[in-house]
Amino acid sequence: MIYDAVIIGAGHNGLVTAAYLARAGLKVMVVEKNDWVGGAAVSRELYPGFTYSNCSYVSSLFRPEIMRDLELPKHGLQILPYEGGAVFTEGDGYLGMHRNHDANRREIARHSPRDAEAYDRYARDVLRHCRFIRPMLLRTAADPASFRPRDMAELAWLGKQMFGLSEMAMYDMIRFWTMSIADFLDEYFENGVVKAYQAVASIIGTALGPMSPGTAYVLLHHAMGDVDGNVGAWGFARGGMGSITKALTASLTAAGGEVRTGSGVAKILVRNGRATGVVLENGDEVHGKRVVSNMDVKRTFLKHVDEAELPGTFLKRVRNFKIRGSSGKLNIALDRAPKFTALPEGSPYMKGDMHFTDSIEKMERAYDDWKAGHFSRDPFQDMMIPTMIDPTMTPPGKHFMSCFIQYAPPKIEGNDWTDQDRDAFAETVLNQIEAHAPGFKSSVLHYEVRTPRELEKEVGLTEGNIFQGELTFDQLLFNRPVPGYAQYRSPIRDLWICGSSTHPGGGVMGAPGRNAASEILRDMAKPSKDMSDAYAVL
Amino acid sequence: MRAKTAMKPDPRLHFQAPLLETPFHPRTSAANRLNAWVPWGGYSTVLEFEDLAMEHSAIRNAATVYDLCPMVKYRVRGREAAAYLNRLTVRNVAKLQVGSVHYTIWCDDAGKIVDDGTLFRLADDDYRICCQERHLPWLLDSAHGFDVTIEEVTEEIAALSLQGPCSYAVLKAAGFDVETLKPFRIATFPVDGGELMISRTGFTGDLGYELWTSPDRALALWDRLFEAGALYGIRPIGSAALDMARTEAGFIITNLDFIPAHQAVREDRVRSPFDMSLDWMIDWEKGHFNGRRALLAEREKGSEWAFVGLDIEGNVSAEHAIIYHDKKHEVGQITAACWSPTVKRNIALAHVKRPYHAEKSGNLWVEIYAMRELQYVKLMLKARICERPFFKPARRTATPPGLF
Ligand SMILES: Cc1cc2nc3c(=O)[nH]c(=O)nc-3n(C[C@H](O)[C@H](O)[C@H](O)COP(=O)(O)OP(=O)(O)OC[C@H]3O[C@@H](n4cnc5c(N)ncnc54)[C@H](O)[C@@H]3O)c2cc1C
Repeated sequence: MIYDAVIIGAGHNGLVTAAYLARAGLKVMVVEKNDWVGGAAVSRELYPGFTYSNCSYVSSLFRPEIMRDLELPKHGLQILPYEGGAVFTEGDGYLGMHRNHDANRREIARHSPRDAEAYDRYARDVLRHCRFIRPMLLRTAADPASFRPRDMAELAWLGKQMFGLSEMAMYDMIRFWTMSIADFLDEYFENGVVKAYQAVASIIGTALGPMSPGTAYVLLHHAMGDVDGNVGAWGFARGGMGSITKALTASLTAAGGEVRTGSGVAKILVRNGRATGVVLENGDEVHGKRVVSNMDVKRTFLKHVDEAELPGTFLKRVRNFKIRGSSGKLNIALDRAPKFTALPEGSPYMKGDMHFTDSIEKMERAYDDWKAGHFSRDPFQDMMIPTMIDPTMTPPGKHFMSCFIQYAPPKIEGNDWTDQDRDAFAETVLNQIEAHAPGFKSSVLHYEVRTPRELEKEVGLTEGNIFQGELTFDQLLFNRPVPGYAQYRSPIRDLWICGSSTHPGGGVMGAPGRNAASEILRDMAKPSKDMSDAYAVL
Repeated sequence: MRAKTAMKPDPRLHFQAPLLETPFHPRTSAANRLNAWVPWGGYSTVLEFEDLAMEHSAIRNAATVYDLCPMVKYRVRGREAAAYLNRLTVRNVAKLQVGSVHYTIWCDDAGKIVDDGTLFRLADDDYRICCQERHLPWLLDSAHGFDVTIEEVTEEIAALSLQGPCSYAVLKAAGFDVETLKPFRIATFPVDGGELMISRTGFTGDLGYELWTSPDRALALWDRLFEAGALYGIRPIGSAALDMARTEAGFIITNLDFIPAHQAVREDRVRSPFDMSLDWMIDWEKGHFNGRRALLAEREKGSEWAFVGLDIEGNVSAEHAIIYHDKKHEVGQITAACWSPTVKRNIALAHVKRPYHAEKSGNLWVEIYAMRELQYVKLMLKARICERPFFKPARRTATPPGLF
């Protein structure tokens, strides 16, 4: 049996690529090393009756065009917008976040009347940047060095987007794409806590501190998604993030595609400069007319392809691709809801994101620890309790808590993480929560700790980088993953890449997977009739 | 009598009721028979108390009371307050005397309108800005180098608008002598150990006053007006009736008739004073002010838009309709419209591309989709550019004012 396409990895992007190809009539096979599908969008039951979102935990970036094309709602996908959010401050205070505009303004005004009135302009400016980038997500980046008609056309399109901007907007754009979030926020706000809250999205998954240039873009990367058109909003996937990949798998198999779990790819077969299939760790061979890798670019080319098959400059660039891990996670089963002493009875803050770092300076200090090769002593958390909204993940009254933690380096002072390191990391996180919610620790039924070591081992994310490569400007658009190979192709004919290492990058977005499918179909001169146009930005 | 100041509620509990109640809420809610509330500036406010036609006709026939509390208010004080406000706004603040008010606008550095509002000069170096949107960061940033203090004081002031031909009679009956008070002037009266400020201003284009006091005196003020006004047919009005009256008067509302520069997401939506036909306010001689350089350039180069009043044939109101030249080319957009019961014309306020506002205004058409029993009736109606205000009664400015 020779498949039309063999996809390596059942991460959400691999599944998206496979599902689109299957709908276009191709015979596709997805091979996944784990016994389960999902990659970093996965839900597993690690404690009886409790479903976890083991890696990613919230959704906003996932392209609605994909949900619709692949009929994911029919296959069980539901996204639930979430409500509140808060950063706890020293001395038992907090700053909350509200969806209601007036409540939000009044909440900020408790901390700074000036900033309360600055927020709208800030949100407007971020939205402007989002509107600029959103149309690029479902387009293959043009290669500026190429003179092919389609690259020229694409560059002309980009030029038109740019020239639609005023001079001032263009200055702002260039500054925004390169500046630090700390500097950006200083242009709007005076209050440290307000800034700390807004800075959250700019350091997630990033081996940079809030004072590092380039972090403002990371904020945008987290703001450019939407929940049902509400740009910047985030939500929970009902049943955990794994619901997304379960729905994708169902859609794929309904279209005739196949998934094979439990044995990973050992080697990509290359004959006469063309990829012809894969050899699995168990020795099985799966043959295909093309191979599409959902693994990150480093893993794909440095671990599973014969170096001799690759040009030297390409190899060098892949080796230098920045993919430093910076994050870890605790997934916790709780016997009861925590009680945060700061929060008033009946407040909505537990129905959203919670944080314990109340200043940019503290975030930066947490990053300093990372630079020194330690996990942060006073880490930054993006903590959620999805079961405050989702009734399906735990028994009633019990809760699942997802704690995303920074910073955690790929190695501890140059050495591999040990189990003691991991346990100390977990203890730091638990203590931080306990300090704000006394009695919390005694409600813990079970927890799963994931340091970059576990992330790399289980999900295959090199160095534990959650985005399959850092989202710095030098690694975006036509430079992602490496210059000259931003169009989902590789130096080896019929070997494609479709994961988050490619444009437009990481997050549960599906855009890399869809764009890769689009390129493959174009290469085969097949119509992509089941791929709807990207929604217009009016 | 004064209401007891209630215990200040826990400021953290705003989520229990994200919209504030104005100090008049006990009275407005009792009178709100339709229970029709809309959010405005962070407050629950009344859209319609009882009957839109009755409320509108009372504005032109008797006396009406409108709760103004949600208007955003800033207090600007200090030695250089006048110089600062001259820098901030386009009009000449030096010409504004103590005890008077003027309507004004302020622009960003690109000469695009940030907001409009009224500026009150309460004392030599004490001013109040009253506007629709919130601007504290802009006001503070613009104060750089000036000896002024700026505070947001919205919640510290309770305000009512008393409008209509009998409004003077009502004030008189209530014991406030405003016989000699001219338009845009302020008078103050002692009330119950405090002060009531009355300005001869309003948003209806009719005889009318705005009354400003402290929140703890709000209910007493309301009661005093309604007691005095009973024989004059006084009634509360909601925003729907006011919106008709202000359209008749040709007044604009921020975010309904233009998008303020600090909120516009789409860059082409912002408007300059020329675009809004408000350039008459600009004082070019007073020295530098925010946006001056850009506006000078625009004066040289010309502007893209004009803001006009339209008289449309027929009687079908044209809210948000597109304006065409020769029934073919889009040349504008209507922002406010109604059948005016007062002037018996089908009126509208609109943005029109220049020169269709003047030289080429001869062949303008308005496309209306009128929903009639679940079906659109498509109309292409002739529109004529005309003078604003549509309604301008002599009683508006007569001093002393008439009793009805
Ligand atoms: C801890 C964590 C938290 C995150 N939080 C969020 C969040 O809240 N929201 C959000 O939008 N994004 C979040 N992200 C990022 C997001 O989850 C990822 O960017 C995205 O899921 C990556 O998807 P992918 O399909 O590109 O790759 P992956 O999910 O990495 O998929 C790669 C797949 O390949 C498989 N594989 C690897 N090697 C082999 C092999 N040799 N043979 C066969 N299969 C192999 C892996 O097992 C995996 O299934 C988070 C990521 C992590 C790690």
